[in-house]
Amino acid sequence: MQVSNSPRTLFDKIWDDHIVERLEDGTCILYIDRHLVHEVTSPQAFEGLRLAGRPVRRPDATVAVVDHNVPTSDRSKPIEEPESRLQIETLERNVAEFGVPYFPLLSASQGIVHVVGPEQGISLPGMTIVCGDSHTSTHGAMGSLAFGIGTSEVEHVLATQTLLQRPAKNMRVFVEGKTGVGVTAKDIMLAIIGRIGTAGGTGHVIEFAGSAIRDLDMAGRMTLCNMSIEAGARAGLVSPDETTFSYVKGRPFAPKGEAFEQACAYWRTLASDDGAHFDTEVTLRAEDIVPSITWGNSPQDVLPVDGIIPSPADFKDPAQAAQVQRALDYMGLEAGQKIAGTPVDVVFIGSCTNSRIEDLRSAADIVRGRHVAPNVRAMIVPGSGLVKREAEAEGLDKIFLDAGFEWREAGCSMCLGMNPDRLTPGQRCASTSNRNFEGRQGPGGRTHLCSPAMAAAAAVTGVLCDVRELIREPV
Amino acid sequence: MDKFTQLTAIAAPMPNENIDTDQIIPARFLKTILRTGLGKNAFAAQRYDGNGAERPEFVLNQEPYRHAEILITLDNFGCGSSREHAPWALLDFGIRCVIAPSFADIFHNNCFKNGILPIRLPREICEMLMDDARQGSNSRLTVDLEKQVIIRPDGETVSFDVDPFRRHLLLEGLDDIGQTMAHDDAINTFEHQASRAWVPSITMETTK
Repeated sequence: MQVSNSPRTLFDKIWDDHIVERLEDGTCILYIDRHLVHEVTSPQAFEGLRLAGRPVRRPDATVAVVDHNVPTSDRSKPIEEPESRLQIETLERNVAEFGVPYFPLLSASQGIVHVVGPEQGISLPGMTIVCGDSHTSTHGAMGSLAFGIGTSEVEHVLATQTLLQRPAKNMRVFVEGKTGVGVTAKDIMLAIIGRIGTAGGTGHVIEFAGSAIRDLDMAGRMTLCNMSIEAGARAGLVSPDETTFSYVKGRPFAPKGEAFEQACAYWRTLASDDGAHFDTEVTLRAEDIVPSITWGNSPQDVLPVDGIIPSPADFKDPAQAAQVQRALDYMGLEAGQKIAGTPVDVVFIGSCTNSRIEDLRSAADIVRGRHVAPNVRAMIVPGSGLVKREAEAEGLDKIFLDAGFEWREAGCSMCLGMNPDRLTPGQRCASTSNRNFEGRQGPGGRTHLCSPAMAAAAAVTGVLCDVRELIREPV
Repeated sequence: MDKFTQLTAIAAPMPNENIDTDQIIPARFLKTILRTGLGKNAFAAQRYDGNGAERPEFVLNQEPYRHAEILITLDNFGCGSSREHAPWALLDFGIRCVIAPSFADIFHNNCFKNGILPIRLPREICEMLMDDARQGSNSRLTVDLEKQVIIRPDGETVSFDVDPFRRHLLLEGLDDIGQTMAHDDAINTFEHQASRAWVPSITMETTK
């Protein structure tokens, strides 16, 4: 429902094309094309439907998968934690009762919902995509409007295939130029969050643009959009282009033949128009971005890898100074010291941010021919069964296993520690996940966010370090 | 959902920014299939030590704040995970209203779905209300949604804005699914547009 002929952004176009009805006060009934469901945020929603005697309106636009709670060890054994088991069994009962398509735990395609969606061609450009999970923003890499919702809204979508929404503001983040050696999409995103802050995107949808973004592959774009929520944004977007279309083509649930051509023709119309209005614009030079790592308990607490840990004295606002002191205490770090050289206990390579085949390849490039440092536990948790299989076909599993890494089954794992993969109090972890909040990876655990290559470098040296010192000259 | 009309209650000050939903309810407590029972683990890491004993320095372990129904805090409250378990935990603890300079979007949305009123006010006013809240056990704030005002212990009032549609749902205690279902014809029409023919269906057989 296009309301005017003025130039529109990518977000405006997807939004307009999904308005079912605009209510008097400006609230829109927004149609949802894809609803992804997992075991943690859906039980109460299905229970709500059951109590009201409502069906799932569009089971054929809904897909369920188990990921948050699942063990990443031997899957032939029953799930030990009774509450985790109950949540998984509850999802299985619900999908059977309501007729929702489902990737079961033992399916080769099971994995993290935000890895599975794009990989299967379920998440497509131009769509509206929701899931009861804040990292739904990942799917914005496809050029779709994708955002996380609460369980009440999960129920609303199950019942009506729509949401009541008000339009977001438009923000555009340009990253222009060529990134240097060892700089990944993760470093670009950490730099963006460091610049605008964890509330910088509040109320906005961020479109990532510029030559450095165009140069990213789909996995990189997913990493970027994934952490849009860490900048407070409602969603992140990358304009769909030839990189997107060739990624989509041939995926199991993508349109085929003539339908694919029709879809591509539509997708090509979605790019932001020249002169479209953005409420906020931010520009970064790709050349200024270096391998980065977080030091504190907010993703905005980011440092270049050669940076110095800040001091409360650097902050005028007493509340902020107190917060920095609290983070230093929690993280067991000393102000004024270099972040590089800090010893780690655990390295976690995985999560919906960085568990795709490209991420594993980039970690393997660093690990090849090296060994995990003594006293470091290092684990690789592929994002899906298919990623795992592909990595094994390429021999990456052997590189990791020979180096002393654990090679595990797909799931959310130590990103949030709902399954047995958790830090113990005081343990320090270089992690490719998305949140360094207090206790996120286990009570008392200390998280440093970084790219897969940086995490791999920490694994083999035993300390947070500059991956560029470990990159070999190409032969 | 319970109506929200007027609330006179103890308010607890939490003068921190960026209180995330992992702090409000850590992930290990999300393994429930119910909406209730989460209050005992709200703010678990700050509230209890490693042995499960209360940490006396944490505000919600102190009198009168253990009976607080209002929270006053700083910027970006509820950031991070979309878990609705966060407002469920607050509600189960007894919190019906959160006052802050800003909220994360998803959390803000989730509050309204559960009869919790999130109020955005400038930081200096939040700090003033925190000072009110620190005045001890006889200090109560009144939040009047009908009139859109907060009445301070000294009788002064502070007015606040709220989305009219959401205000209406809160005042009446309405859930919005039924309301949206009344637009079923429009949804049907939308679904059957020719321009949507490319959108594939997902069937059970194909996910095996």
